Amino acid sequence: MENRALFSGKLLPCLLILPQLAVSLIFFYWPAAQALWQSFLVQDAFGLSTEFVRFENYVILLQTPEYYQAIGITLIFSALVAFFSLTLGLLLAVMANRNIRGIQIYRTFLIVPYAVAPAVASVLFIFMFQPGLGMIARALQRNGIDWNPVLNGTHAMILVVIVAVWNQISYNFLFFLAGLQAIPKSVIEAAAIDGARPMRRFWTIVFPLLSPTTFFLVIVNITYVFFNTLGIIDTATGGGPNGATQTLVYKVFQDGKVGTDLGGSAAQSVILMVIVVALTAFQFRYVEKKVHY
Amino acid sequence: MSLRHFSTAAAITVTLALATPAHAVTEIQWWHAMTGPNNDVVVKLANDFNASQSDYRIVPTFKGSYADVLNAGIAAFRAGNAPGIMQVFEVGTATMMAAKGAIKPVSEMMKEQGEAFDPKSYLPAITGYYSTSKGEMLSFPFNSSSMVMWVNLDALKQADIAAPPKTWPEVFADARKLHATHPTCGYSLSWITWGLIEQFSAWHNVPIGTRANGLDGFDTVLEFNTPLDIKLLENLVELQKDKSFDYSGRTNTGEGRFTSGECPLYMTSSAFYPNVKANAKFGYTAVPMPYFPDVNGAPQNSIIGGASLWVMAGKTAAEYKGIATFFTFLSDTDRQVYLHEVSGYLPITKAAYEKTKASGFYKDTPILEVPLRELTNKEPTENSRGLRFGGMVQMRDVWSEEIEAALAGKKSAKDALDAAVSRGNQMLRQFERTVAK
Repeated sequence: MENRALFSGKLLPCLLILPQLAVSLIFFYWPAAQALWQSFLVQDAFGLSTEFVRFENYVILLQTPEYYQAIGITLIFSALVAFFSLTLGLLLAVMANRNIRGIQIYRTFLIVPYAVAPAVASVLFIFMFQPGLGMIARALQRNGIDWNPVLNGTHAMILVVIVAVWNQISYNFLFFLAGLQAIPKSVIEAAAIDGARPMRRFWTIVFPLLSPTTFFLVIVNITYVFFNTLGIIDTATGGGPNGATQTLVYKVFQDGKVGTDLGGSAAQSVILMVIVVALTAFQFRYVEKKVHY
Repeated sequence: MSLRHFSTAAAITVTLALATPAHAVTEIQWWHAMTGPNNDVVVKLANDFNASQSDYRIVPTFKGSYADVLNAGIAAFRAGNAPGIMQVFEVGTATMMAAKGAIKPVSEMMKEQGEAFDPKSYLPAITGYYSTSKGEMLSFPFNSSSMVMWVNLDALKQADIAAPPKTWPEVFADARKLHATHPTCGYSLSWITWGLIEQFSAWHNVPIGTRANGLDGFDTVLEFNTPLDIKLLENLVELQKDKSFDYSGRTNTGEGRFTSGECPLYMTSSAFYPNVKANAKFGYTAVPMPYFPDVNGAPQNSIIGGASLWVMAGKTAAEYKGIATFFTFLSDTDRQVYLHEVSGYLPITKAAYEKTKASGFYKDTPILEVPLRELTNKEPTENSRGLRFGGMVQMRDVWSEEIEAALAGKKSAKDALDAAVSRGNQMLRQFERTVAK
């Protein structure tokens, strides 16, 4: 059965989508095209001399061992952040979806961290984890753990993962909670009457019915880790020690903004863009088949 | 608001508008990165200058960190909207200098505008950093400091150490002794590459790179992976194992470890002084950086850190006249003496240094003379005049990465320094490629 709104002419629908098109063109396609063009150029910081070098920036980039290290770091970092922020977000949402006294207050508190800017979140955690100053760092050291994120790459990675997860949990929590509340109570009650225990009800009914939300969040979270964690890494570790927390997006920032190598940085962002587009396309093509709407 | 009130308000507005002087005041934007008390100094300087004459108005704007100011300036220049004056940190010097069409050399501007300007009246250790190899001053030194060793005297006494260490072997030995009372840190430093590579090389009169550390050309090649550099790093790697030396990160975020009493020997900028004075609850002093006594001619002289003021190209003659007048105003001896005494930054003219000395200020505050004694210890050589490497901001990160790898025991000191040199050289070639030909 076809059920769509019909417009009598073509003018009105075109006019209606125009604002959205304009926004996409100005804020997405135009900068993306600029980045692509810039990646074929060699230019000094002030833009005083420009030379077209075709793929030279890409060739140099692919010969840099640090670039491959950054790819590996990004994969580890995004897997850890996406996994922990999604599972913890879901866990909290399930807990907050029950009828207990003062639930609204809990929910509000759980949402608040999302309002904290990533760089600020980093500073808060630095205060707690700074060796010699932070209370958590001191507690760890007292218990015989030589906590030292300025020199130990694993510790630095743990630190940025904690901050990124903490910052993202609220967002996931909010969407999971909305998703949970949209699941009809009658279905769950029917299962309960049939004798299904809570765990079983969760895995066989709630989790599958939540899959559109989960799918959406997986994509959003991966985009988040790939792009929005820049501020966290910059404030917490500066990509160090010894490149242990240098992700792809942080390297784009480092080379472009700190190193003022705009061509090389643009080449990296083009590759990064291709990776994220491919990843998203893959998920829509294959993973979405498992989603129940 | 009632109509009557509105008309009163409108009348006041009109009167105020008419009250502004009839002749045009030339406004000059000054972008800077000074925070806290040093921001007050910037504002006071601008206000004093604006009050001293009526033709020009300096408008200072805080733009964030040093790197932020540089990036904002670059973006503004690309958009055709650069400020008149930009404060750029010392490691951004090569980037600015390479941008020939974007900057106006200070000495050229002063001459064109007929301001009295004698480069010889400035301290060579300071202006050398910002001059061409021919001695032409490109930017105007604003806030300069050098590196000194801060010493916790109470901790030394507790560990039975008679006097602050003068040489590296003494530093290593003292750090080991201090380990008993300070198990998490005997000796440490901020700005690791500034201390262990840049200052270390100048202080021992050895090159960081060829072509007079890059001052003579962008085709410079790094060469700080010598046995001397390896010896220093190997010693620190050894001490790091039990935290007799403990790494404090790439910038100055670790400085609190000195004032809190955690690290009794701590090398960082001399501009740390106001902070130590306000926060250290123990006897303290500052002494010159250590050196290896077996190196011929060491100690040589130290180099500066800090920032200078760059004048941007493409401004009107009136703006340049205003900036030139402002720089003359800044060079005034009494003003330099005042700036030195309130901010802890170094005076830039010889006259100001002499005057401060004569006033007996250093008798009460000997710490503030330590960096000046280091900088003027000997006539600067081509190894100790300064350095000019393209992409230096990011280069420091790359060098730090390799030093971190050595300290974490992932690489030998030699491998780390070899890698720092070869990765740095790649960056220099990349910079050479992008520089305007």
